Amino acid sequence: MQDESPPSDPGRRRLFKAVGAAGVATALPMLPAQARQQAAPAQAYIFLNPAEAAFVEAAVERLIPGDEAGPGAKDAGVPSYIDRQLGGAWGAGDRLYRSGPWEPGAPTQGYQLPFTPAELFRNAIRAVNQKHPGFAKLMPKEQDAVLDALHNGKEDLGGVPSNLFFESLLGVTVEGFFADPVYGGNKDMAPWKMIGFPGAYADFYEYVDKHNVAYTAPPMSLAQDANGRIHVHVELKRK
Amino acid sequence: MAKRLKETDVVMLGVGLVGSILGRELTKAGLEVVGLERGEPRYTVPDFQGPAMHDELRYSIRKSLMMDAAKETYTFRNSAAETALPMRRIQGFLPGAGLGGSAVHWNGQTYRFHDADFRMRTLATERYGKDFLGPEYTFQDWGVSYADLEPYYDRFEYLLGVSGKAGNVQGKKIPGGNVLEEPRSRGYPTRPMKEPYGSAMFRKAAEGLGYHPFTQPSSNLSEPYTNPEGMTLNTCMFCGYCERYGCEHFAKASPQTVVLPVLLKDPKFKLRTQCQVQRINLDSSGRNATGVTYIDGQGREFEQPAKLVVVGLFALNNVRMLLLSKIGAPYDPASGEGVVGRNYSYQTTSGVNVFYDENTNINPFMRSGASGTLIADFVSDNFDHAKLGFLGGGYIGEVMSHGRPIEFHPTPPGTPSWGSEWKKAVVRHYNHTATVSTHGSSISTRYNYLDLDPTYKDAWGQPLMRMTFDFPENDIKLSAFITERAAEIAKAMGGKQIAASPRKRPYNSTQYQSTHNTGGTIMGLERSTSVLNRYCQSWDVPNVFVIGASCYPQNASYNPTGTVGALAYWAADAIVGKYIRSPGPLMS
Repeated sequence: MQDESPPSDPGRRRLFKAVGAAGVATALPMLPAQARQQAAPAQAYIFLNPAEAAFVEAAVERLIPGDEAGPGAKDAGVPSYIDRQLGGAWGAGDRLYRSGPWEPGAPTQGYQLPFTPAELFRNAIRAVNQKHPGFAKLMPKEQDAVLDALHNGKEDLGGVPSNLFFESLLGVTVEGFFADPVYGGNKDMAPWKMIGFPGAYADFYEYVDKHNVAYTAPPMSLAQDANGRIHVHVELKRK
Repeated sequence: MAKRLKETDVVMLGVGLVGSILGRELTKAGLEVVGLERGEPRYTVPDFQGPAMHDELRYSIRKSLMMDAAKETYTFRNSAAETALPMRRIQGFLPGAGLGGSAVHWNGQTYRFHDADFRMRTLATERYGKDFLGPEYTFQDWGVSYADLEPYYDRFEYLLGVSGKAGNVQGKKIPGGNVLEEPRSRGYPTRPMKEPYGSAMFRKAAEGLGYHPFTQPSSNLSEPYTNPEGMTLNTCMFCGYCERYGCEHFAKASPQTVVLPVLLKDPKFKLRTQCQVQRINLDSSGRNATGVTYIDGQGREFEQPAKLVVVGLFALNNVRMLLLSKIGAPYDPASGEGVVGRNYSYQTTSGVNVFYDENTNINPFMRSGASGTLIADFVSDNFDHAKLGFLGGGYIGEVMSHGRPIEFHPTPPGTPSWGSEWKKAVVRHYNHTATVSTHGSSISTRYNYLDLDPTYKDAWGQPLMRMTFDFPENDIKLSAFITERAAEIAKAMGGKQIAASPRKRPYNSTQYQSTHNTGGTIMGLERSTSVLNRYCQSWDVPNVFVIGASCYPQNASYNPTGTVGALAYWAADAIVGKYIRSPGPLMS
């Protein structure tokens, strides 16, 4: 079993293996993709309706598929992340300038539609589901072809050009995959483990100039330890 | 109807880096100062504390510490022939909002410009002739020299506690430091930061090619330091959450860690937050400011009378404030006349990725905002431009600041943007890629400028500022040249593959490149071509001073904050030493 508890002192825990003069790092096995497939309750969504959820679950798994390196976006909880984002402040247009007039503009001018993210996803997914009913049940190759067409086309999806919808979906998928698990994705921090990112952990003072160390400590989430252990300062540690 | 408040000696617009320094210097001189800040009050404890601060989604992606585009933003177009549209999300650069301003979320890269930057028109003409570049280029002298500003750079660096190794102390060259820098009166207050792995590989490669690598001067500190204000900073932990974040460790120099707590204890300083200044008020002559009008968090309108107005907003907002207040003639690109909004410049950046084998652990997350190693061999006029056909320069360095994976997941060219191949490439390359960056100057032209948008308004009903910008040909040539040099170093860094991306047109406001927006209220010696005189004082309304990167007639190779700090002390000295004694124009 992977030890999930945060170390109080990384130095003592031998998190690193320094590299010899030859400069070859000791290869350490990637953390196994923890397919802890416990019998989970059916996913509860606060924003996505069943048809939308079916599309999102299927689509994000094609954008970031599960493979031998670790889970894909669906098993990493990305649909749940997207659901909460669309149902929350971001989905409602938080920090988005929303006054008209509305003009299409040039790509260098950025997003210029009147929709909030929630409206944009709802409109576009409704249109995609009408054009491609049963998307979730298609073969992966067929799903990829649909996504490719969205990516490379500008078909009108309820007011949303398909390439813009695709970029938006890909954007939130990558966010959900790599954002802290407190937001609903990045389940078990498996995406972080896959790439070797330590998450919220905050102290590399003793290691930054020990070059080519292989970092093996499990990552830490914001939720994991609010009691200062993630953030022990070097001067405090020395006391 | 605005409620009229009691008059104060000084009203300070914005309480960020400039506001904190000016507030401190002017209260020390005995003046009563009211500081108006549009954002929230915020402090290292509790606002920047972990673990919540280490949230890439909240701070990097949703930009919680930045200006809220729902309330105010900028409009943008690449050329005057287009219709500017609002930046509906702030993406291309990161104006801070809230106490401490952008100096809360900066990376801490702290440099001095060269004399060739300050006296660019004069020195470039001497070296390359007056027609070296075409008439569309409007670069000019600042009205100050490096020698003028050196004591103020020194003060600012000792306020922040900058970590670095000097390469030129009073003309004596010191190997290992930046031997190509201008002479400094003394070394840095704290020793250089530790060197990450990628930076060390860069150093070796650059040395092998005959360049002069040095450790980046950093305002994330290498060791504890107590500054002349009595504020103590801690050692940086290389946590990898620096730019776009506040520092929980008291290790990054920011107004909150170097001066604000001292200022806020002074009864002569009054801080008012969530106050949106609408305009600087002028008397009937139009030559004298009487104070400002602002709206507070409850929507109440106030008039704050003041004898002196100091504008220290984010650079772009300095320009907007003068335009809204009708101080100085707005620039007209058709005639080339007018000054406010003239010479908007930016920063010309590019990158080269070095992809390593899987035994090379770059550990990009073990970084500080300003750690890294670079060369100044192509900075400013440190190299001969005669045969190159462009002016300006840039540094080249391995100065990675983080490995946060939503923002950083490099893949080699040709990798699809999604799907199985993308995921495999991200997993394969995440911890085995170093990035060499170039950070180049930005020349001013008559076509790039700032003015008020005719259509779009902010939440208070005031016109947004309109930006008209694209990269000038000079800077495209510069980026091509300097990115080639960067690629040569990158090739020597021992990777399996490199991928270089020189800067190309058009400028895209949706891609973050830099927050180094400069110009628009430029300083100079001639009122026909500058908004401010050499003391950052308005030519038109002498009791208004404007301080920030908006004062730069063109942007230089290095990061601009060191020069903002130097100008803040320079202007404070002029106000305290000259203006208070005899209020009026400091230059005629």
